[in-house]
Parts: sequence; structure tokens; C-alpha cells
Amino acid sequence: MARARIRVLVAKPGLDGHDRGAKIIARALRDAGMEIIYTGIRQTPEMIAEVALQEDVDVVGLSILSGAHLELFPLIMEQLKQKGVDGVIVIAGGIIPEEDFPALYHMGIKAIFGPGTPTQQIVDYINKVMAEKAKS
Amino acid sequence: MVDTLYTPEDIAGLDYGDSLGYPGEYPFTRGVQPTMYRGRLWTMRQYSGYASAEESNRRYRYLLEQGQTGLSVAFDLPTQIGYDSDHPLARGEVGKVGVPVDTLEDMETLFQGIPLDKVSTSMTINATAPILLAMYIAAAKRQGVDIAKLDGTTQNDILKEYIARGTYIFLPRHSMRLTTDIFAYCSKYLPRWNTISIGGYHIREAGSTAAQEVAFALANGIAYVQAAIDVGLDVEAFAGRISWIFQTHNNLFEEIAKLRAARRLWAKVMRERFGAEDARSCMFRTHIQTGGSTLVAQQPLNNIVRATIQTLAAVLSGIQSLAVASYDEALCLPTEEAVQLSLRTQQIIAYESGVADTVDPLAGSYYVEFLTDTLGAEIKRYIEKIDSLGGAVAAIEQGYQQREIQESSCRYQSEVESGKQVVVGVNKFTSPYPKLTRLLRVDPGVERKQKERLARVKGNRDQAKVVASLKNLEEVARTGENTMPAFLECVEAYATIGEMCDILRRVFGVQREFLVF
Repeated sequence: MARARIRVLVAKPGLDGHDRGAKIIARALRDAGMEIIYTGIRQTPEMIAEVALQEDVDVVGLSILSGAHLELFPLIMEQLKQKGVDGVIVIAGGIIPEEDFPALYHMGIKAIFGPGTPTQQIVDYINKVMAEKAKS
Repeated sequence: MVDTLYTPEDIAGLDYGDSLGYPGEYPFTRGVQPTMYRGRLWTMRQYSGYASAEESNRRYRYLLEQGQTGLSVAFDLPTQIGYDSDHPLARGEVGKVGVPVDTLEDMETLFQGIPLDKVSTSMTINATAPILLAMYIAAAKRQGVDIAKLDGTTQNDILKEYIARGTYIFLPRHSMRLTTDIFAYCSKYLPRWNTISIGGYHIREAGSTAAQEVAFALANGIAYVQAAIDVGLDVEAFAGRISWIFQTHNNLFEEIAKLRAARRLWAKVMRERFGAEDARSCMFRTHIQTGGSTLVAQQPLNNIVRATIQTLAAVLSGIQSLAVASYDEALCLPTEEAVQLSLRTQQIIAYESGVADTVDPLAGSYYVEFLTDTLGAEIKRYIEKIDSLGGAVAAIEQGYQQREIQESSCRYQSEVESGKQVVVGVNKFTSPYPKLTRLLRVDPGVERKQKERLARVKGNRDQAKVVASLKNLEEVARTGENTMPAFLECVEAYATIGEMCDILRRVFGVQREFLVF
């Protein structure tokens, strides 16, 4: 059953403290009418999956700038699967080289938004995929 | 808002002696040295440190051969937050944004073949600064270097970590004690060491305005000076070793005015608030790193032009050292080629542009002096507000600076998205552009190798010595004694950074994030 509001977890895996992007996204999505759970920095894959489960979110947005995405994202996807929340839409942003995109798509990340992406584009993307999901 | 024209009326209140003074004289608005670049050019220092101690060591030697005059060490995040490379939280992060240092052995490898009495080394390290400094001292001793000759900087600015950068570990008041322990130790044994580099850089990077960048950093500076005085240190014994780090952005005149205003304000704070007599105690000596967050992924070669403007702003404002961000930084860690271009940018401005030929060439410009005064007044208002909240630490605990930065960051973002703030290649003049290739990639085997190295060091050390030194550290941490000698003892016994920080976490308590969004 479709909910009135889309629930989004904005999470920062790894140890980097660069949270400017994550906070801007969190604010923009909230302003667009979504419900936001923001984890803060230094989250382990286990913690992120646990919050996704507890908060029953529709979307998980991962922000990372340290370069550890190829190591940490697979662990997060695995944890989500283990906890049975692999139905959520996982998207990512931060400093992620384009040549890494195929590997990340392959592990189930649905979209990657690099530096300079207008926040409206992310809002539109989430609304679109959630609408598609509701239809199917 | 900027007016169309500025005239003598806009600087009618300007008193040369009180507002500007000659370079090298209080209040140092025109620069801290009488001859500035004519006497000696700024130190050209590119930030680097990669993957492993061996690889970083090779890179440092390369940069020194290329004419770089100071080293700047980036540590990886586990080292900055006090976890060994084999800790679960270090997964994926070992060697990523800098070099991993678990024990003294890594520090020795890092500086192998580089005489530590001949280079100046800047270490970007905060929560674990006393530990890394102890390792540097121990490595120098093993080279047979007189530690009194050590020249360099520990960032050691924990307050901006709570505000913006995020690599804090302990509760603020315990962290402040470690900060002042370094002040006290260095004033005795490392007279040439810059004990703290107070950062506006990271505050700006998190989205603040230019005025907030300076104001929040100066307010942190006031808190450090007060803390040092409170533990009984003499202002004149440590104030002269304080240095700063700021950004420059693309608005050339605002950036120049910002730094001139900062020099004047800090001099007045030191003399009027803290009673510093010695001119050196009132000097605002700063390093500049051009603005990382101004770099964009779209049409990345445009970043070279942005960095050049920012370099010019830094040089024209009268600074002591400079690092230029590399054009590929919105995409990856900078490649060697991009770092070399950053160094060349500095060299072209230094040797070809003529802007270094005379001191503070923009002084007396109606606009620049007006802007210096205007920004100065805005910065002062912020400092007064922080004072009214009980000082920088109390304000941080109330989330004041974090909220102000968050507001500025969101305002800027909405201005970019509405097109009010033009970013070439992003929201205007967009066009297809060639993708950057040959991005720097950290070898994924680094983490495994570093863990093996750590296991080997732990296997070969005298365990009884490690246990005894850690026990001593715990005791010292519980008393008010200076922790530096205890760290030195641990380090020389090859105790790991994680072992030392685990003890301190237990004694000092761990700070949770001040969540503001």
C-alpha cells in the first residue's frame, strides 16, 4: 500500500566527515515533502542496514567522499539483503569516479549523483521511481 | 551588495597608523613581515600522502626534487580518528585519503632518507595530534636530529572538527587539554614548531560565508589562547607559534579583504583582550589552500582557472604558505600530474606575474579598504555573539556555528540552483566536455599489506614495555600532568595509535555527533 510520504534514509558510511552534501540533500528532500532520517557521520554497513530496517524506508541515499565506496557499498548491499530490506532503492553521491559506476550499478545501486547535481534532479528521480514502483 | 563605484568618502574614517600600519608592524593589516615576498617567497606546499608510508616517502622525495620547499602530510581517516588499520571501522578507509600510520615504524618509513632538521613538515592531524607529533619526534631522534631544530606544524585544531570536519574523538574539554599539552611541551623542547594551525578552511568547505570562515576560526583561536592561559601558560611563550589555515575562493577582492581584516582583528584580540606585548604574539601567520569545494566535476579543466584566481587572491593578500587544489579533485584524489600543475600555478604567479614584487599592492584602494573594514565589522559581530553564548566551546555545544554554516550552505546551493550564482559549466555555458581519464586509484591491496605490517610490528615488539607504557599513559591521563612524555614513551615502545586512543577513550569519554541539519 502506498504511503502518503516517501521515507528516505540519508547515510554517511565510512569515516569521512564531509557532510555538506548529505545535509543539503536531506534538507532538499525534506522540503520536497519526503520524510528524512539522517544518520550522521561514521556509520558502519551494519548500522545503516539496521536503521533502514527499523525505519522502514523506501530509499537509502549513501554519501561518501573518502574513496572507500568500492569496499563499503558491497557490504551495505549485503547487509540490506541479510536483513531482508533489499527491496529499498539505493542511490549514492559524493566523490565517485565515473569508471566505478558500472560496478556500483551491478551491485544494485540504482543511481549515482556526482558533485554539482541540482537537488531537484534527485527529488524528481525519487518521485519517478517511487511512482513506477507503486504501479508495478 | 557591491556598489558601482568607491571613492575617498568610503574610507574617510581610515587612519593609516591604527587601521593599516606598515608591513611587519602592528596591527599587521599589510602583512606580518616588513619585506614580505621580497625577503622570501611564500612556502609552496602541496598536500599529499598516499596509500602507504613507502609510496608517500617516494612522493615526498619527488616533490622535494621538484622544488617544493615544505612537506604536507595527509593521514588516512583511521589514523585521524585513532583506529588501527585492522579495526572494523577502518574497513575500506586504510590508505584512502592519506597515509596510514599505526606505529612509529610507519613514521620512520615515511621520512626515510629525508633529514628532518632540513625540511619543514606540516601534519594535518587533530584529535590524535600529540601521538603523531610524538612519533615525529621519535623518528627524528632515531635519525640523530636535535629535536630543538624540528620545524613544522601540527594542525591540532580540534574545535573546527566539531564544527565542520568531523574527525573528533573525545569530549571537547579533554581534547582542549591535549591541545594545550602540545603548546606547553613545544614551548620547552620544540621552539620552532608551529603548535597549532587554526582552521577557517574546513568551516568554509562546509559551506560558510567568507566572514563566518574568519569569525568562527578567530573565535576558536580565542578559546585556545584562553585555555592555555587557564592552565598557567604565559601568552608570550606560545602565542607566537600559533598559525592559521584559510581558503581562498573566486571572489578576488572579498578574499583579499577577508585576510587583511583577519590579520588586523587577530592582532587587536591578542593585544587588547589578552595583553600580549610582543609583536610576534600578535602576528597572524597563515597558510592558504585554495577552495576544494569551488571545484566542480563538469568541464574539470575550468578548475585550473579557478585555482589560478584563488592563488592570486592568496598571494595578493600577503600569506606565508600556499597549497593549490588540483583540478581533478571533484573526481578523485589528485593525480601526480595535477599536483605538479598546482605547483606550477604557484611558480608562474611567483616568478612571472610580478604580483610578488611589492608588499600589499592593493592597500589604499577605496574598494579593498572599504571591504576590509566591512568584513572586519561583520566578523567582529559574530565573535561578540559567540562570546555572548559563553565562548566557542559552549557555542559549539549549542550547535550555533553548525547551524549558521548549514544556513549559508543551503542558501548558496539554492542560489546556484536558481542561477543567481553562476557556476560556469554547471548552470551556465554548459557544453559536452571530455572526461578525465587516468584518475588516481588507491591499490586495494594496501589495506591488507598495512594490516600485515601492523601484525609484524606487534609481533616483534617488547610486550612488557608496551603494557607498562600504556599503563603509564592511563595514569597520566587521569591526572593533570602533561601527556606528551607519556605518548613519547608509548610510541618508542611501538604501541599502536589504536591502543593509545582506546585508553584515552576510556579515560576521557567519546563525543557523539552534534546533529544539526
